[in-house]
Amino acid sequence: MNRILIVGAGPAAHRLAERLRHHGHAEALTVLGAEPAPAHHRPLLSHVVAGRLTPEALRMPFPPGTRVLTDTMVTGIDRERREVRAQRGGVGTVHPYDTLVLATGARAAVPAIPGATGDGGRTGDGVTTLRTAADCERITGNTVVVLGGGPLGVETASALAARGTATTLVCDRPHPLYERLGDTGGGMLTELLAREGVRVLGGRTVVRRTPGSVLLDDGTTSRADTLVLCTGAVPAARLARQAGLEVRDGIVVDDRLRTGDPRIHAIGDCAEHRGRAAAGLDAAWAQAEDLAEILTGRDTAHRPVPPVFRLRTRAVDVSCIGSPDAFEAPGVRMLGFTDRDGHRYARLALRDERVVAAVLFGLPQAIATIGLLHRRGQQLPSDRLGLLLGWPPRPSSRESDTYEDAMICLCNNVRRRTLSLAWRAGARTVTALAAATRATTGCGGCGPQVAEQCDLWESEARREPGRAA
Amino acid sequence: MSELPALRPETDTHCPYCALQCGTRLTGDRDVGVKVEPTDFPVNRGRLCQKGWTAPDVLAAADRLTRPLVRGPDGRLTETSWDTALDTVAEGLRRIRARHGPDAVAVFGGGGLTNEKAYLLGKFARLALATSQIDYNGRFCMSSAALAGNEAFGLDRGLPFPVGDLRSARTVLLAGANIAETMPPLMQHLERAELIVVDPRRTATAGRAKLHLQPAPGTDLALALGLLHIAVVDGLLDQDYIRRRTRGIEGAVRRAMTWWPERVESITGVPVSAQREAVRMLAGAEAGAGDGGAYVLTGRGVEQHSRGTDTAAGFINLALALGLPGSGRGGYGCLTGQGNGQGGREHGQKADQLPGYRSITDPAARAHVAGVWGVPPEDLPGPGRSAYELLDALGDDGGPRGLLVFGSNPAVSAPHASHVVRRLASLDLLVVADFVPSETARMADVVLPVTQWAEEEGTLTNLEGRVLRRRALMAPPPRVRSDLQVLHDLAVRLGEPPDRYPAVPQDAFDELRAASRGGRADYSGISYERLDTGESLHWPCPAAADPHPGTPRLFLDRFAHSDGRARFAEVEHHGPAEDISPAYPLYATTGRILAHYQSGAQTRRVTESNAAAPEPFVEVHPDTAARSGLADRGLARVTSARGSMTARVRLDATMRLDTVFVPFHFPGEGRANLFTHPALDPRSGMPAFKVSAVRLEALPEAAP
Repeated sequence: MNRILIVGAGPAAHRLAERLRHHGHAEALTVLGAEPAPAHHRPLLSHVVAGRLTPEALRMPFPPGTRVLTDTMVTGIDRERREVRAQRGGVGTVHPYDTLVLATGARAAVPAIPGATGDGGRTGDGVTTLRTAADCERITGNTVVVLGGGPLGVETASALAARGTATTLVCDRPHPLYERLGDTGGGMLTELLAREGVRVLGGRTVVRRTPGSVLLDDGTTSRADTLVLCTGAVPAARLARQAGLEVRDGIVVDDRLRTGDPRIHAIGDCAEHRGRAAAGLDAAWAQAEDLAEILTGRDTAHRPVPPVFRLRTRAVDVSCIGSPDAFEAPGVRMLGFTDRDGHRYARLALRDERVVAAVLFGLPQAIATIGLLHRRGQQLPSDRLGLLLGWPPRPSSRESDTYEDAMICLCNNVRRRTLSLAWRAGARTVTALAAATRATTGCGGCGPQVAEQCDLWESEARREPGRAA
Repeated sequence: MSELPALRPETDTHCPYCALQCGTRLTGDRDVGVKVEPTDFPVNRGRLCQKGWTAPDVLAAADRLTRPLVRGPDGRLTETSWDTALDTVAEGLRRIRARHGPDAVAVFGGGGLTNEKAYLLGKFARLALATSQIDYNGRFCMSSAALAGNEAFGLDRGLPFPVGDLRSARTVLLAGANIAETMPPLMQHLERAELIVVDPRRTATAGRAKLHLQPAPGTDLALALGLLHIAVVDGLLDQDYIRRRTRGIEGAVRRAMTWWPERVESITGVPVSAQREAVRMLAGAEAGAGDGGAYVLTGRGVEQHSRGTDTAAGFINLALALGLPGSGRGGYGCLTGQGNGQGGREHGQKADQLPGYRSITDPAARAHVAGVWGVPPEDLPGPGRSAYELLDALGDDGGPRGLLVFGSNPAVSAPHASHVVRRLASLDLLVVADFVPSETARMADVVLPVTQWAEEEGTLTNLEGRVLRRRALMAPPPRVRSDLQVLHDLAVRLGEPPDRYPAVPQDAFDELRAASRGGRADYSGISYERLDTGESLHWPCPAAADPHPGTPRLFLDRFAHSDGRARFAEVEHHGPAEDISPAYPLYATTGRILAHYQSGAQTRRVTESNAAAPEPFVEVHPDTAARSGLADRGLARVTSARGSMTARVRLDATMRLDTVFVPFHFPGEGRANLFTHPALDPRSGMPAFKVSAVRLEALPEAAP
């Protein structure tokens, strides 16, 4: 028997359930979710904030045959009896397992702010974190202060501005995403967010909230019908810790995504694999996919996905690859440029012509190309500037023919030399040249070029009679 | 012998090559040579590409097959009489059938055969041979979009509108279709439209595009899902159209919701900003968007994947979500490739099909066709193997031991060609009907010389579902017979009633009309007389007291499902069947080039085509070439887990670093299909020609 019980009903649990069914797991599969609704696409929450999507559009239905219990708060794991105890509607329930998967995700980190937050990370009226679709509905009023200069803060502020809300982004570093973008990129981001209608207040924090406004540490106040806390997340590892499993930042797992108890696995933001916890959605999905293979008897070992962070906002394209330490690693070669006025910035650390770390700002083509090369561990092209700026490639060998050999009509394989011979043989109009060489008779795209060439020879012939073409 | 119409000194017909079927006027004869001029036929409007202009060269091919050949005891093909050749074939077929049963004999057809030939070939297989084992090379090029179109619209006609409609388009998205090289005369209809081209290569077509999306090979479906995602999030869906005319958007959107643009970018390499621009262009949401409609057109680049049906469906979903198909000002279309790729898949040479685009498993369809053929329905075999499965099974335990090939060259054109050649060689009897000694014909036990385009009458159906007349300018060489005559002669030798196999094209067509009556592709109202008076007839065109005008535009009022609604498909991206690895670090993708056509059996016999493209080549990014130790214009070996081919290196800085391109027109060691992967789409049976994992190695130039 292999009854699989998943604690947590987020994206990692959802992907695991789908892949288990895909790989033929036919036995019981139960999912216990603490929220009133099961999994939804957290990366799309900003669209709900912006009013582009309804919360319902974000739902991810679990595959048929999955028993999903929502509003179910797990209270403990009995590893001896292989049971999970939970509370559902005030009633205690017990859920046996052969395999237990902890996919409890992360919970929002809530700073202590008088007037805003209370004990145990509780938030008061007009204050919310942003982890669920329900949180989005708690953002009300015409003015909002977003606290936190990380990706979620930037994406949320940008989405709020897009829906017409007067939005202020407060972050304790000089600029949002400062750890990754530094002064140059961070400054550009502040400017571009301002263009979108987001007022960025860097180097500050919120010290107190009163209804309708917040007080900052520089003594100024800012209107805020709602204060949104985007102040990070911590792996939700309480259950594992209580059950005596090893927890550092997250629940420690090996390459088979196992905890110290071979019947208990952990994936997603609650898990810590090779020293990295809360590694984000890409990692969560990759872990879910690998664990589905492992639980259906395959000899799969999980390898960490490369840490890549791609900002999801329409204000600007930003991508950060690798860890910031990689720029300091010995032996890496640096590549970069700054276009302050054009809001473009690139900084790359290369080894063996491969990217080990990069910060790319305002360079959509480079972000796409380099992102894929990095994901696959492939070497960069030699034309580094062309790569960064997304320039069209240089001409190929086919097109580097001499002037006389240049292909004019691809459809009929007519080069300038052939046209020139026809001209000299008496074909002095486009129609005559077409009849003689078939140029222009295929797709017709070379028509203007042949006409131009015809005019040129014509005028040369007038200037120097007898020497045309 | 049949009474062919009197030959004319000047004949209006159509080009023998691709599915555009450009109108041409032929003059001359075998002695003075044949000249071709384009006509003002609405598809090509006076234009022709190099292949069309030089098509008469094939009529005069130096190695034209003019006599039947039989492999003698010495192992060589030697000339013989028709009687001997046909008796040899009939005797061989009878012997195999007696020993191993009717399914031990198989038929392999082609998308270049006329409707009449395709029809009669299917009938011959089902009745004279009583075999279920018939399929054709169209399986390699159209079957995925055909299936996706049938599922979405209830009907598969490549373009459900005339190509001229494209002239008023505002935006056209071309996915995996390099028409500037493969169908040049079509480009004139796209002069007004802003083009979005989806292609891993910067093709001649991509060079004309306003927006070129260059996804990594094998990731097209992720891109299609991502474009739908953007349309949903940005509120660009045509909600009214979706409500009135479609079903099932929920499932399609549920899948698309997981494909946000940044995720699509990370898989495809297509920038988020370009994805957004594409959707806005299609939806007419760009500032200053002009009037005119939007079209989504797909080609082989979308289909030739292990999930090609799903990928085509992904693009259809996008078109439906934007309210394009059947709107009268926009739509979805599949660009059929082969000359009669459309008609060839409607009239029964496909393993699962009976004439009129009927399903061979549908009892009503079987009853109708059996009635026309004068046999009980239970005499009709069931569905057989799809093309590659058929070739793969040849000569094996339980597989066919005899094979008749008409109008195809699978030794060059099938995936994993070395394996297919081994299978062909293991047959007890291989019979090839062709007009030139193709690579497959050279392997045959019996070769039957047949007519080609300017020597025969018939009909073809082009990519718009327009039924066209092919007309003879001149008589075939003496002792060359038409395919219809060959089938008739063989059937009679196999004991069939002679009148069951009409050798006159018009008679075969009239029977096809009856067989197609009431089917999805209903030709019953189309006649040679109507076509010869210059009528433009698109199917369906049912017989009626008042002649039916044909159907140039489908779906304007309703789709062909019983409830009149189109269906969204719930599709998901899973990546290619074979991905790159350290041992095979590059994607190889195959395709056509301008100068050549399909396996090259025809165009490699044309002087000008050979001058333009004399030998196989591999297009490589200069950096990739340098890292593989290759020099420009040197020789390279392209190797996959299946095998290797040899090609001349062409450096091209527009190539993706991870991708090489090889045309598939060349024989022998230059066959691209020596490395291609035989993974088949699980539903259409179409091979994944577009993605193989390969490595490159430099080869020394062979000593002269």
